[in-house]
Amino acid sequence: MNIFSALASQFRTMWRILLHTFTRAETVQYPEQKPYLAPRYRGRIVLTLDPDGDERCVACNLCAAACPPDCIALQQGTREDGRWYPEFFRINFSRCIMCGLCEEACPTNAIQLIPDFEMCEYDRSSMVYEKEHLMIDGPGKYHDYNFYRVAGMEIEGKAKGEAQNEAPPIDVRSLLP
Amino acid sequence: MPTIYIDDQPYEVPEGDNVLQACLSAGLDLPYFCWHPAMGSVGACRQCALVQFRDEQDTQGRIVMGCMTPVAEGARFSMQGPDASEFRSKIIQSLMLNHPHDCPVCAEGGECHLQDMTVMVGHRKRSYRGRKNTHRNQYLGPLVHHEMNRCIACYRCTRYYNDYAGGTDLAAQGAHDHVYFGRQQDGVLESEFAGNLVEVCPTGVFTDKPLVNDYTRKWDLQSAPSVCVGCALGCNTSVGERYGKLKRIHNRYNTEVNNYFLCDRGRYGGNFVNDESRPLFAGLRNQQQRYDAIEQQQALDTLAEWCGTGRRVAAIGSPRASLESNYLLRRLVGVENFNSGMADHEAALLSQVHGLLASNGVVTPSLQQVEHADAVFILGEDVTNTAPRLALALRQSVRSKAFELAAELKIPVWQDEAVRVLAQQQRSPLHIVAMSDTRLDDVAASTAAHSPDDIARLGYAVAAALDNSLPAIEDLASDLQSRAQQIADDLRSASRPLVISGTASQSAAVIDAAAAIARALSQTDKMLSFCLPEANSLGVAMLADAQQPSFSELTRRSNNGEIDTLLVLENDLYRRAPQSSVEALLKNAGKVVVLDCVDTATMSCSALALPTASFAEAEGTLVSSEARAQRYYPAFLPAEQRQPAWQWLKQMGQQLQPARFDPLPHFDDITAACAADCPALSRIAEAGPNAGFRIRGLKVPRQPHRYSGRTAMLSNHNVHEPKQPVDEDTPLAFTMEGASGARPGALLPFVWAPGWNSNQSVHKFQSRVGGPVSGGTAGVRLIEPQQEVSHSVLPPQPVFTASDAVLWLLPLHRIFGSDELSARAPAVAELVSQPFIQLNTTSAHRLNLNEGDYAILSWADTRCEVQVQINDAIPDGCAGYGMDLPGAAWLPPDTHASITAADGGSDV
Amino acid sequence: MSETMTIIFAISVMLAAVGGAAVLTWFERRLLGIWQDRYGPNRLGPGGILQVVADMLKLLTKHDWVPPFADRWVFIFAPTAIVVAMLLGFAVVPFGPGLHIIDVNIGLLFFIGMTSLAVYSVLLGGLASNNKYALLGGLRSAAQMVSYEVFMGLSLMGVVMLSGSFSMQDIVESQRDGWYCVSQSLGLFVFTIAAIAESHRLPFDLPEAEHELTAGFHTEYSGMKFAMFMLGEYLGLILISCMITTLFFGGWLAPFGATWLPPIVWFSLKTFIIICFFVLLRAAIPRPRYDQLMSLGWKVMLPLTLVNLVVTGAVALWMQGA
Repeated sequence: MNIFSALASQFRTMWRILLHTFTRAETVQYPEQKPYLAPRYRGRIVLTLDPDGDERCVACNLCAAACPPDCIALQQGTREDGRWYPEFFRINFSRCIMCGLCEEACPTNAIQLIPDFEMCEYDRSSMVYEKEHLMIDGPGKYHDYNFYRVAGMEIEGKAKGEAQNEAPPIDVRSLLP
Repeated sequence: MPTIYIDDQPYEVPEGDNVLQACLSAGLDLPYFCWHPAMGSVGACRQCALVQFRDEQDTQGRIVMGCMTPVAEGARFSMQGPDASEFRSKIIQSLMLNHPHDCPVCAEGGECHLQDMTVMVGHRKRSYRGRKNTHRNQYLGPLVHHEMNRCIACYRCTRYYNDYAGGTDLAAQGAHDHVYFGRQQDGVLESEFAGNLVEVCPTGVFTDKPLVNDYTRKWDLQSAPSVCVGCALGCNTSVGERYGKLKRIHNRYNTEVNNYFLCDRGRYGGNFVNDESRPLFAGLRNQQQRYDAIEQQQALDTLAEWCGTGRRVAAIGSPRASLESNYLLRRLVGVENFNSGMADHEAALLSQVHGLLASNGVVTPSLQQVEHADAVFILGEDVTNTAPRLALALRQSVRSKAFELAAELKIPVWQDEAVRVLAQQQRSPLHIVAMSDTRLDDVAASTAAHSPDDIARLGYAVAAALDNSLPAIEDLASDLQSRAQQIADDLRSASRPLVISGTASQSAAVIDAAAAIARALSQTDKMLSFCLPEANSLGVAMLADAQQPSFSELTRRSNNGEIDTLLVLENDLYRRAPQSSVEALLKNAGKVVVLDCVDTATMSCSALALPTASFAEAEGTLVSSEARAQRYYPAFLPAEQRQPAWQWLKQMGQQLQPARFDPLPHFDDITAACAADCPALSRIAEAGPNAGFRIRGLKVPRQPHRYSGRTAMLSNHNVHEPKQPVDEDTPLAFTMEGASGARPGALLPFVWAPGWNSNQSVHKFQSRVGGPVSGGTAGVRLIEPQQEVSHSVLPPQPVFTASDAVLWLLPLHRIFGSDELSARAPAVAELVSQPFIQLNTTSAHRLNLNEGDYAILSWADTRCEVQVQINDAIPDGCAGYGMDLPGAAWLPPDTHASITAADGGSDV
Repeated sequence: MSETMTIIFAISVMLAAVGGAAVLTWFERRLLGIWQDRYGPNRLGPGGILQVVADMLKLLTKHDWVPPFADRWVFIFAPTAIVVAMLLGFAVVPFGPGLHIIDVNIGLLFFIGMTSLAVYSVLLGGLASNNKYALLGGLRSAAQMVSYEVFMGLSLMGVVMLSGSFSMQDIVESQRDGWYCVSQSLGLFVFTIAAIAESHRLPFDLPEAEHELTAGFHTEYSGMKFAMFMLGEYLGLILISCMITTLFFGGWLAPFGATWLPPIVWFSLKTFIIICFFVLLRAAIPRPRYDQLMSLGWKVMLPLTLVNLVVTGAVALWMQGA
């Protein structure tokens, strides 16, 4: 009978929950006891540098577009060496939900989430991080990737045809095949 | 309408279309690159492939290109079938072979037709292992950025630039996979319509250079439908804003006006809005002749004191301000104290034009009608520089001959290459008689440069040749006589002749002659168009009242001390009248109050300066030279104390005359009051939907649904997000929420459709591909041709005889620089030439001047020094000057100046 | 008891009930924590007991806010009603032999009457808030409570038949031969479910159902008015546990003749265990859908009750005859 098995299931549930009286708590006594955070834990957001020590972010705006609470705002600028960079880059952490979609969206591995979530403030405005608060001095989780080595855009120190998998520029005036 | 079958589904499609157009019109997503609705098909990219079957039994079929296949009754195609799909995905793969992996740093990213099409066919991963071809970029000037690596060789750029816009300096170079689209060497693109490459290029080869250096993705722009204020044509634009700055202006599709294209003045000139010298606060001049920033209420109180009872107040409106602002100003001071803001001669010309439009019995064509004219006669205008978009339309009109020939052979109009090859150099006649050479000379059947007097005489001669009842012109040189006969013959034998004239020659006779020709023509589809100087020139002419004092009358009153307070609305008087008379007017007028969105010489003379919102921050109605009233809407809120001029005037009115101004709380009320008070403008309320307009109960959003950064863009000022501003005066909302999909053409802030992020998505808003916007074309034509009333022709001008002593100074308008506002945009400012004077070789020899020398011009009490250019197209006895001579922004018509070489020469 | 003593006793019962309800908020959270493998509030005071004080302070110091769109007087009245009704219910609870505020001969009916009054509070709160979620919560509670009211009363009639009285003390006394939890097990089952529904506790908290209705009927409530709703709910929990003890588990009677503990301790112990059981229900059973709740009430519970009533009646008559 359906109704009896349903009833039995309810009592079985209750019994199994009751057994949990004798199991240990899964949670830890934070802050005395710190939990283990995996390297890919999604916490505070940082902006990283490429292996050459230059800014990775190219201000493409994809992180801002992916951000569900719309808490990333930036403005693109062009540097004299031809690279795109963010003139300002602002994350309002009081709105951030640490979902990591910005990191997923980032084509240059510039924006990364790190295992740090301890960012309590008494003043909400202190949760607004500008570029200088977000930048770290290193490549973060991805050590080797350098967007400008792959992309065909010309920048100082890397002319046309010098990116990965590129042939030297074509001489239009040449008749050779 | 034939029925075709696509994937076994029947579709009724328009007769004469190709299959690609038919598919898109039917709402099917068929990828394409090289086809463009305005430029037709060439079948170059091979992307729109379908499989065509002979009949129902045929299961094999054959691959055809959608854009090259005409629709035929009962034709059967497969679009989703495996053969067609695979073919298309292979094509994309090969197009993407050399693509440089730089979407994040590409200004096309997010609105890229190539991205859309790649996603549409499902190509994800580059399987080719070989190396990518690369190209060096070129410097193409301050407007267009070049990144050749992104090219997919669809040839749209050269087809647009050369075939459509008549440019000569951009070409496909090299062969096979080395093909390169660029100039022979680095340099500024010569065409005045080069900016359209940004929208025509389906990828990021040509991008908007000012935008690239201060970039915002399309999805982050807050946009509003706007109208270009660069000239009087009223091209429809879409203005995009981010962080309080105007980021870019894009074309807003309007079949009857600008269609798919803008001129570069319109596209790049709007950046004056970001000018940091624009006033932000109300300023009251203090004892030290400097301005103190004051509160808005203090400004209004000061105004109330200065304009209160017992004070004699006069006001000067402006042809670059909206109808509403002009109307409120007039309402505030009364008709007898209001001037339209044009000097006497300009006001006279515009009232003449208004009269002719209203009573000449000839159609004033839309640009779409211009494109279909089959014989054109231009009198006294360098159209490319005075009404640029009209020149692009005229370039299409000369192809009428080609389409005639094609129709005879039953070649469809979209078979672009076939039609061009068929016609070769055969064009329908375009005759130009201007004051110098023009940029349309390359497609003209005949060109000539004369002084305005001679242009008018030639015009009357053409009219006389068309209509025997008109008096013949005596003393006409025989070559001019035969030319007049030729032009008359061409116009007579055409079925849609068009006569174009305008105010550039500053001659009433030229305008009158053009009207006489138009009247003399017998065709029912004859057209007459005038090029006018400013965005709302015709609007203020229509608003004008016979009781209005003229500019000189106001000056007289001021000099007699009869004006206690003078209000000047968005007008730099120094560009209207001689410096001395403006100075006298402003000095004797007691208190001068200037409302303007830019800092002008006039504003520097004011006792109280009020900052107004520019076209991008305000709403208003403008009347184009076609007499089309069009509404522009604010894209963003003005900063600090800036507010639309009509707001200032309304608040002023409410303080001074509450009974007359309290019933006008909102913009729509002002428009309605203006329409009620001025019979000629009675239909302006229909120019655009009013503030109560809703689509399914929703306002139209200014932001795309993907708009980002809402909770962060202002958090550096305040971490609590402000409420989205409420817009009470327009049907648009400052949010990303609201109606999507079909809406009136006047309410298209941006175009986007699912899967179509680029501007190609505009076809989703059209009733059929290339047709009008499904929700209705923007704007309302205020003047439809009336029954012709009898006109008396002005007496013919005397023959102009060149004098040795003085040269007639003729204005040579320039697309970059002649317009007051657009010249303040940084990118345009780079292209503005130095002030110059042009002489023909004969004059130059006589005056002992060479190219590059400096000459001193003197007339009346004015002297100025300016560089000399030699141009043999300048008529004898005349000299052309670029607008804005140093120290003499304004020259009266018929200025005859003596010219001498400057001593010391070019060291000035 | 003298009149003074009764008043003193009544006041102490009231204080104990309110205090118990307050402690219960903390106790329930701790217990839920244990069963859900976490800690629950354990920071303030020994075992976190001072959390109660902290919560109270917070609620007391909150802005006493009445939304401008609400029906002001009804909005204020609603939370008071539930507390008053629940507190009145304690008047008939027999805590020990002769240890009661009043022993009326319709004690059981009085209890049922008082619990039924609580529906007004929820309904009025939902209506007065002038908020769609609150209104939906109010509507749900009205339907739910009216439905479960029917067989909640009927389920107790078996007890009344067997004891032959509506007086609480009599019912307790009549269980000396055996607790009714055995003979009236079906009644106990139905009453327990009905009681949960009546006090709209999990799993039958559809009137507030935070996942669908934000907070249901008390969406617009905050501060002390919100606290009164909560107080009412916990008072209801205690009252119902007291009633189950009294009606089915022999009230203050000592089990197995273990009279070495005073009756009031036995009463409290039994009540405590039942409270724990209710907490366990909350920890274990998910919330049903609204239509499931209603169909369970009308299609299962009501027939079951009627069967119980008929069988008990027949047995009682048979035993009387025998």
